[in-house]
Amino acid sequence: MKFLPLLWSGLWRKKVRTIFTLLSVFVAFLLFGLLMTIRGAFSFGVEIAGLDRLILIHKVSLIMPLPVSYLPRLNATEGVTMATHNTWFGGVYQDPANFFAQIAVEPEPFLKLYPEYKVSPEHMQAWLADRQGVLVGVDLARRFGWKVGDRIPIVGTIWQPKQGQVWEFNIAGLYDGDAGVDKTQFFFRYDYLDENRGGGQGLVGWYIVKIADASTAQQMGARFDEMFANSSAETKTTTEKGFVEGFAKQIGDIGAIMVAITIAVLFTMMLVAANTMAQSVRERTSEVGVLKTLGFSNVAILALVLSESVLIAVIGGGLGLAVAWGFVQQGDPTGGMLPIFVLPARDVAVGAGLIVALGLLAGALPATTAMNLKITDALRRA
Amino acid sequence: MFNWIGQTLAVTALNLRTIPQRLGSSGVAIVGIAGVVIVLVSVLSIAAGFTAAMQNSGSPSRAIVMRSGADSELTSGLSGVEVDVIKQAPGLRRDGQNAAASAELYVIIDIPKISTNTPANVPMRGVQPTAMAVRGEASLIEGRMFEFGTNEIVVGRGASGQFAGLTVGNEFKSGQDTWKVVGIFETDGGVSETEIWCDARVLQGAYRRGNSYQTVLAQLDSSDSFTTFRDWLTANPQVNVQVRREADYYAQQSRALSGLIRGVGFAIAALMGIGAVFGAILTMYTAVSTRSREIATLRALGFNTTSVVVSVLAESLALAAIGGAIGGVISYLAFNGYQTSTMNFSTFSQVAFAFQVTPPLLAMGVIYALVMGLIGGLFPALRAARLPIPAALREL
Repeated sequence: MKFLPLLWSGLWRKKVRTIFTLLSVFVAFLLFGLLMTIRGAFSFGVEIAGLDRLILIHKVSLIMPLPVSYLPRLNATEGVTMATHNTWFGGVYQDPANFFAQIAVEPEPFLKLYPEYKVSPEHMQAWLADRQGVLVGVDLARRFGWKVGDRIPIVGTIWQPKQGQVWEFNIAGLYDGDAGVDKTQFFFRYDYLDENRGGGQGLVGWYIVKIADASTAQQMGARFDEMFANSSAETKTTTEKGFVEGFAKQIGDIGAIMVAITIAVLFTMMLVAANTMAQSVRERTSEVGVLKTLGFSNVAILALVLSESVLIAVIGGGLGLAVAWGFVQQGDPTGGMLPIFVLPARDVAVGAGLIVALGLLAGALPATTAMNLKITDALRRA
Repeated sequence: MFNWIGQTLAVTALNLRTIPQRLGSSGVAIVGIAGVVIVLVSVLSIAAGFTAAMQNSGSPSRAIVMRSGADSELTSGLSGVEVDVIKQAPGLRRDGQNAAASAELYVIIDIPKISTNTPANVPMRGVQPTAMAVRGEASLIEGRMFEFGTNEIVVGRGASGQFAGLTVGNEFKSGQDTWKVVGIFETDGGVSETEIWCDARVLQGAYRRGNSYQTVLAQLDSSDSFTTFRDWLTANPQVNVQVRREADYYAQQSRALSGLIRGVGFAIAALMGIGAVFGAILTMYTAVSTRSREIATLRALGFNTTSVVVSVLAESLALAAIGGAIGGVISYLAFNGYQTSTMNFSTFSQVAFAFQVTPPLLAMGVIYALVMGLIGGLFPALRAARLPIPAALREL
């Protein structure tokens, strides 16, 4: 560390060049952070999805409803901790562009199955007391400026109420969650939906079943599908994680595209940084000669050059990751299309590793050249 | 005047001729710019291909009738009675008594996607015998049309390529129903190519829909009779519908997804562009530094500073142009026509499309490259012009 002043002065020899190199690395790692965030956003929370929660949908496709009569049969099955149902509502709030998920649930079983949705007891009481009550995610409330107590009208598309086209809801409470949890959803009560819809009584969208032992997921799934085989509504069961993954795969391999672009970007930046380092070292050949004369070993020279390279990478890359992280903290910039917008700590760690790797790779060639310089050649180039 | 131009040309020519001496750093700049152009063009070609598929789908002389308030075919519902009323509306092309209108049922069926082997939402459309007549652009490319009243189906070219088991002669089971593929159709690359078509009546039975449909696709007798058609229907108390031109409907369905792709594409390319500009600046800086003695000598000889500035800019632009061209060619060869499919959230079903690297896109890429080269060369060019001659002559 006593060589830090030497490295520092070496960096600022050509101020403009160093600044631009820092900026290039900064942009490269800013992009890295953003691309990793986008990749995570398109996986829709696969990481958090439960392995001990199973999803049952209609065997033909998700859009076909299941009878609510399956619920008691599922709850009575051995190995089941709890079962509940969800129903997609798909209504429109003011404008079809204001898309967000509206789902009809059974309040208490649902929140027991999803402890990651955090609700205060007062809000929970309010929701149970009001048939038209809804539980809204904090990010969704922030997006539209809603507060507890607001009345929200939603135009039905799949189901119309018995009169008119508009369903009225009251915000009974807000739910929060850790990073990676989708806080843009709108949960309302199934009993309100079932009583007031013009048709389709007794039908639900899909079932969520929590099983006691996650390792039996495969067998439990097969058992459920067998229970309902040859009925009017056959089921297909997957783990929640598998279900979300399947969904993400339908979009396409966005993850792979993001990674490919990242590799391209980092490779290019590495070339740029390497080129700059090489130029910088070439200019200071005589200095290297002097250092060697003074007694610095070859390995010491190698270390000095590599350290300089890594220092540039760390400063530029560190800033880039920090700005990316800061930007992601602001939340989803697309207004609803990417509800899970976080930069996972794991990717930050990978980024840090890549920064050091970039610094080492960029400095490798110039460092070895400097290391192998003969003192007489170096001094002659003055 | 001519002296000035002559000087500029001479120095520029010198610069360009000596590029091979700086192959290393020039190569880096070219690779950097080519990389940015490839990313920009490829991501935007996804949006272009998707939009093209959606645009080829709707005809402005056809109208689509859905239940009022439904935002997509999936959430619409029309009874058999309403469909009969709709077919009596004025403005429809008729041959004899029969209106050129097809009442249709639109459902989703789970079929594995070949590329990932996970289930995908494939659209299945139940149609009436008038469907092929209404859809003038549809034609069979393999096999034959299905027989109404049976469980035979025809599949679109896109669907056949993207999802498992959709080949002529193959049968597959969905729930308790078995469907048999007897033909493959194409519709000029439109969204319908991702669909499976069957008899609406058979589909109603399989999905327990009674005598209900979801939409009516009507061929208008002329593009202008749309207003007559729509007004008659919306004023009619027997039906509760909304009427749109098919082209407008599909444009609206594609807006969200193509907007997202394009937004993400431009954002990434913009950031990469900034990075590439810095890279270009560094390269040109290096170029100027290595040749500072040369440049100082030229200026000492009497060449004016403008010629030096122009020559550095010209070199930067030349490198950028080469990078842009290479990037464009690689994008075109690698990505144009690449078939894929994704899920359109608005319709909750898959859309098969091909990446499209269009001439405007290539032009955009090259222009972007040139802009990067211009900005990248400016700083170093000015620096070269302001080099103090004695110091520069002494420099390494």
